[in-house]
Amino acid sequence: MERKTKVNAEDGKQDLMITREFDLPLELLFKAYVEPEIVEQWMGTKVLKLESKKHGSWQIETSDNKGNLAFRANGVIHEFVPNRKITRTFEMENTPFGVQLEFYEFEQLTDDISKLTMHVIYESVAHRDQVLKLPFAFGINMAHNRLQDIVSKLK
Amino acid sequence: MMNLRRDVFQAIADPTRRAILLLVASQSMTAGAIASNFDTARPTVSKHLQILTKCELLKQEQNGREIYYHLNPQKIKEIADFIEPFREMWDDRFNKLETIMKKYKTKK
Repeated sequence: MERKTKVNAEDGKQDLMITREFDLPLELLFKAYVEPEIVEQWMGTKVLKLESKKHGSWQIETSDNKGNLAFRANGVIHEFVPNRKITRTFEMENTPFGVQLEFYEFEQLTDDISKLTMHVIYESVAHRDQVLKLPFAFGINMAHNRLQDIVSKLK
Repeated sequence: MMNLRRDVFQAIADPTRRAILLLVASQSMTAGAIASNFDTARPTVSKHLQILTKCELLKQEQNGREIYYHLNPQKIKEIADFIEPFREMWDDRFNKLETIMKKYKTKK
C-alpha cells in the first residue's frame, strides 16, 4: 500500500514537512480544519476555542479514558486565507517542547483530490527531535507495559 | 532497552560520528584509514569508534593483523525507523479526517 502521509525531517534542521493527499475536494479538507465539531472528531480532542480568522486564537484539550486531563494545547492564528492557507502557533501546555510555528497550505489537485502541506518550525533542532521521538518513546513504553502485563499474568 | 536506544541517538548526535558512519557505509575500513580522513587527533577518532562499536552501529572484523570496521545495517535500520511512529500517528489522524469528511460529503 502506498504511503499517503509523508514526513520529511532532515538531519540537523529545526523544521519538518508533513504532506498528505486526500481523496476529498479542497473545500471539504479545509472545512475539517475550521469547524470545531469536525476537528474534535478527527483529532480525538475537545475544542475549547477555535477562532478561524487573523489574530484569532485556539485551545484544545484531551482527557484520558478515566476523564483525567491528559493534554492541553493552544496557539494563535496569524494568517487565515480560506481554502488556501493557515499560519498558526502551537504550544503544548506544561511541557518543555516550546512553541512551534505551523504553516498549512491547502491545494486542489483535481475536483476530488486535495493536498495538505504542513511546514512546522521548532525553536531548535533539539526541540524538533524531542517532538519527533515522542511517539517513538511512547511506543517503547507501551511495548514495555504490554510486556509487564504479560509477565504479571504469568505469575 | 530504553537506555540502549537513547545511547544510539546520542551516538549519532555527534557530527564526527555521523561522518564516520557515512565513510564506513561504502566500505569496511581500519581505524587508521578512518582517522586519516579527519583532522582530529587519532585518540579522539578511536574514542568515537569505541562509542559507535559499543552501541552496535559499527561492527569489528578481524582480517589478518588488521581490524576492520563496518556498518551494522540492522542497527542503522532501527534509527531510520524512529520517525515511523510519528508518521503513523499523523497517518492515522489524516485517515480519520478523510473518512469523516467523505461521510460529510454524502450527507450534504
